[in-house]
Amino acid sequence: MNFQLIGVNHKTAPVEIRERLDIPVASLPDALKRLVQHAGVDEGLILCTCNRVEVLAKTRNGSADLRGFMRDYFRVEPSTYESHLYEFSEREAIRHLFRVTASLDSMVVGEPQILGQVKEAYATARTAGAVHSHLDHLLTRAFAVAKRVRTETSIGASAVSVASVAVELAKKIFGSLNGKHVYLVGAGKMSELAARHLLAHGAASIFVANRTHERAIVLAEKFHGEAILFEQLYDTCDRADIVITSTGAPHAIFRREHGELFLSRRKNRPMFFIDIAVPRDVDPEMNKMDGIFVYDIDDLQQAATSHLADRKQEADRAEQIINVEVDRFHDHLQTLTVVPMILSLQDQLESIRQAEISRVRGRLGTLSAEQELAIEALTHGIVNKIMHTPITTLKSAARNAEATTVIDVVRRIFNLTGQRKQDEKDASQAVIEAPDAPEEPEN
Amino acid sequence: MPILWLRVALGFYALGLLSALLALIRQSGLHRIALPAMSVGMVFHFVSLAEAVIPSGPLALTSMHNAESLLALLVMTAFMIVYFVYGTTSPGIVIFPLVFVLTFAAATHQQPFLFTSPVLGGWLIAHIALIFAGYAALFLSFTASVLYLIQERRLKSKKLSGVMSRLPALQQIDEIGYRSLLFGFPFMTLGLIAGMVVAQATFGHLDFLDPKILLSTLMWAVYMVMLFTRWNAGWRGRRAAYLATGAFVAALIAWSANYFSAIHKVVQS
Repeated sequence: MNFQLIGVNHKTAPVEIRERLDIPVASLPDALKRLVQHAGVDEGLILCTCNRVEVLAKTRNGSADLRGFMRDYFRVEPSTYESHLYEFSEREAIRHLFRVTASLDSMVVGEPQILGQVKEAYATARTAGAVHSHLDHLLTRAFAVAKRVRTETSIGASAVSVASVAVELAKKIFGSLNGKHVYLVGAGKMSELAARHLLAHGAASIFVANRTHERAIVLAEKFHGEAILFEQLYDTCDRADIVITSTGAPHAIFRREHGELFLSRRKNRPMFFIDIAVPRDVDPEMNKMDGIFVYDIDDLQQAATSHLADRKQEADRAEQIINVEVDRFHDHLQTLTVVPMILSLQDQLESIRQAEISRVRGRLGTLSAEQELAIEALTHGIVNKIMHTPITTLKSAARNAEATTVIDVVRRIFNLTGQRKQDEKDASQAVIEAPDAPEEPEN
Repeated sequence: MPILWLRVALGFYALGLLSALLALIRQSGLHRIALPAMSVGMVFHFVSLAEAVIPSGPLALTSMHNAESLLALLVMTAFMIVYFVYGTTSPGIVIFPLVFVLTFAAATHQQPFLFTSPVLGGWLIAHIALIFAGYAALFLSFTASVLYLIQERRLKSKKLSGVMSRLPALQQIDEIGYRSLLFGFPFMTLGLIAGMVVAQATFGHLDFLDPKILLSTLMWAVYMVMLFTRWNAGWRGRRAAYLATGAFVAALIAWSANYFSAIHKVVQS
C-alpha cells in the first residue's frame, strides 16, 4: 500500500514558516481537490493546526511528488520552507500519523485537542471526496490506536497535570483562589481545561474573549461566565487575576505597556498570566515586572514533568503501543494484496459446492427442512476446512513478501482463471470475514 | 533566679532553632520539635521576665539586657500570632535566629539598671513596652519582606522545588507584612509620644537635634510613608518589601543612636 506524508511541525519549522503554509478552513476542500488531482495521488488528507501542516496521501506507486503539490499549491518561495519539510512513506508514514493522533508528537505530549483536529481533517476530506477506502481504513485505525494509548497509558494525565500545575502556581501566588477572576483569551481546549481546574479550586468567575465572538459566547455559557468582545480585551483585562491566553496571534498580544496599564488600574494587585499559545501571546519581558507572573507552556510543562517522575516511562510505553500497532496495521495492509485471490478462491469453491448439491439433490427425494440445513452445513463445513490452510498460507506469505509466488501456485492448483472484480473496500471487509481468519482484536 | 530561667529558655530556643534548621534541610515541618521547644522556651522566658519585674518594679525593664529579653519575647509572640492566624512557620527562618541572639545576649550576665531615679516611671514603661511592640511588628514585617523577595524570585525564575517549597503564598506573605506594619504603627507612634513626654519631663525641653530623637522621628516618618504608599498608591510586592527593609534599617540606626545620644543612655559606655 502506498502511503506518503509530507509536512512541517513545531519541531522542524518556526512559526513564521508554519504560518505561511497555513490553509484556512474555508480553503481546505479546494486544497483537497487539487491534492487528489495531483499526478499519482489517489486519496488525500490535509491536517492543518497551529503546530503543524501535513499532507497525507495514498498514491498509486508510492512515489507521487508531494513536494510538487506544495510548490503548486502554496504561493510561497519553496526555498523558504523546503529545508523544514519532513517526508515519510509507508510504514513510517503510518507511524507518524499514529503518533500525531495519539498526541505523542504534540508540543504538550498527551494534550487531548489533536485527536479532535485529526478527526476534523478526516471529516473535511471525506466530505470533499478525497478519502476512500484506504485512508478511511488508516484513519479509523489511527483513532483506535489513539484511544488505546490514552486508556492504557497515563500520557493524557500529563496534559491534565499542566492544568493542575497552573492551579498550584496560582495558589503559590494568591494563596486561595476564592474570589479570583479568570480571563480566557482565546478559546482552546487546553485553556478550557485549565479554567475548569481553576474553577474547581474556587475561582469566582470566568471572562472569555475570542476573535470569533460566537465561540467566546459558547465557552462562557459553559462556565456561566461572561463573553467579552475581543476589541475590549485591554479595557477589561485588569478585572482578572489570572489570564489564560491561547490565541493564534503571530505576535505577543500582551506587552509591557499593557502590564503597566493593568497594574496601575489594579493598584498593583498581582496578575498571573498563563500563556499556552505558540507563538507566545505574552511578551516574556512582562515576567520582569513587579506583580506580574508569566508562565508559558514550556514552564508549565517543566513544572509538570517534575511532578510526574514516570512521565518518560509512560511516553515509552505509548511508543511501544504505537510500534505494535504499526506492525499490525502494516501486516494487515500486506494481506490486502492477496484479498482478490482469496475472494476468487472462495467463489470457485462456492460454485463447486453449489454445483455438487444441485447434482445430488434430485436423487435424495423430499427432505425435511432440518435435513436441508444439515446438507448446507456439511458442505459449508467441508469447503471452509479446505479453504482454511490456503488462506492462512496466502496471508502469511503476503506478510513475508513472497506473495506473487504463492499466489501463482495457488492459482495453478485450484485452476483459478479470472479474478473477481471487487472494489477494495469490500476486499478488506472480506479478509476479516474469511473463514477462521484471525480476528482483529477490538480495543 | 531570673537569669537562670532565661538560660533555661535559651536552651529551649537553641533546641528549637537547631531542629528548625534540620527541618529546613530535610524539608519537613516544624511541628514535631521546633514549635513545642520554642513554646516551652517562651514560658520560661516569661517567668524570667516576671521574676525580674516583680521584685524591682517595672523599671527592671530599663536595663539593656532585660530590654533585649523583652524584645525577644515580643518578637516570639508576634511569630506565634502569625502562626495561629496564618498557619505558617516560615517567618521562623528569620525570627528564630534573632530571638536566639537577643536572648543569648540578655542571658550572658545581669546588668545594673541605669535609670536609678525615674521620672514619670509609668510613662517610661509605656514608652519601652510600646516601642518594643512596634519594633517586633516592624521586624516581623521585615521578615515577611525577606520571605516575599525569596518567594517572588522563586516564582519568577520558575524554580519551584527545593528547600523553600514550603513558603506560604506570595499574597499571604504580603498580607502578613502589611498587617504587621499596620498593627505596629500605633504602638510605635504612642511609644514615641511617651518617650517625648519622658524626655520633656526629665530635661525640661525636647532637643530635636539629639541623634536619638532625630533618628527616631526619621524612622517614624519612613514608617508612615511606607504605610501611606501601600494604602494610597497600592505599593506592594517588591517595592513594599524594599521599603519595609528600609524602615527596618532606619529602626536599627535609631536603636544604635543609644550609643551616642546624650539623653537616651541605656548602654553603659
